[in-house]
Amino acid sequence: MLEVAKEEVTRQNALRVEAIYIKLGQLSGVVKEALLFSYNIACEGTIFQGSRLVIEELPVIVYCSVCQKERTLISIQNFSCPICNTLTFDVKQGRELEIVALEIQT
Amino acid sequence: MTIPPRLVEVREKILKQNDLLAQSLRQKFEKSGVYVISLVSSPGSGKTKLLEKTLSWMYQKYSVAVLVGDLATDNDAIRLSSTNALVKQIITGTICHLDAQMVENALKDWDLKSLDCLFIENVGNLVCPSSYDLGEALRIVLMSVTEGEDKPLKYPTIFNTADIAVITKLDLAKAVEFDFLLAYKNIQAVRPGIKVFELSAKSGQGMDEWLEFIQKLLQKG
Repeated sequence: MLEVAKEEVTRQNALRVEAIYIKLGQLSGVVKEALLFSYNIACEGTIFQGSRLVIEELPVIVYCSVCQKERTLISIQNFSCPICNTLTFDVKQGRELEIVALEIQT
Repeated sequence: MTIPPRLVEVREKILKQNDLLAQSLRQKFEKSGVYVISLVSSPGSGKTKLLEKTLSWMYQKYSVAVLVGDLATDNDAIRLSSTNALVKQIITGTICHLDAQMVENALKDWDLKSLDCLFIENVGNLVCPSSYDLGEALRIVLMSVTEGEDKPLKYPTIFNTADIAVITKLDLAKAVEFDFLLAYKNIQAVRPGIKVFELSAKSGQGMDEWLEFIQKLLQKG
């Protein structure tokens, strides 16, 4: 993650990084707490030292073909429409693991 | 006067390097005409056993290779090398999953064009392997009857990223009073529509259907 962020930091000629903003889908396979826990350690001795990691968690949104609407799953242990109970695997959101923004001093 | 920090929009996938490499591997596999199947499961679900049986059937008809990921030993590779398939061990050290770079490195001295099928046995782990695309055409998740019917609910993401599920160690199902209906319900709840096989590589039960499926894949691929 820091490698990807570093590319942008270099491109922007940043002097300091205040924060990294990321989106984390519930199906990304990554746990928020684990990321936060390792973040400070990973940042040590780099331009990211002292910066904040801001995580926006995204629930899973699926398309229900019966309702013909996008629905937010109540739990990733149950891929059924919360309204009509139809099982659906048409995932519209929830696999994200991406950096959305950097807060930098230039 | 201090300049306030500014916000720069980025929108980059954190695993983009892996994703890009996996995509180029996938293209390479397609071009070379090799069908790539990866296997994921918890440790001890029977990935190696299933591969042993599958390979010893396949080698008469197909040219097959296997990459085996493991933290420390090459025991699995030794087991599999008795099947006449081309086998290479990837020892990951402390890393709990395979990534596209490891796969690419391991394939360097193999002629992909001479292969019909490549199996990639991932490190036994139900968490991290789900995030890493290896360029495979098909991802198979295994769960043995001894692990309990609720495995899919405990690790939804690995089932969710798989294309096929295989319930293994069918010969032990009675002893552990495995509830098939519940297991199927749980698998479908986290990955609706997934095809499920039941088999025992040891007793041979369910193996015909499985091997027929593999054969069909290779005909198509």
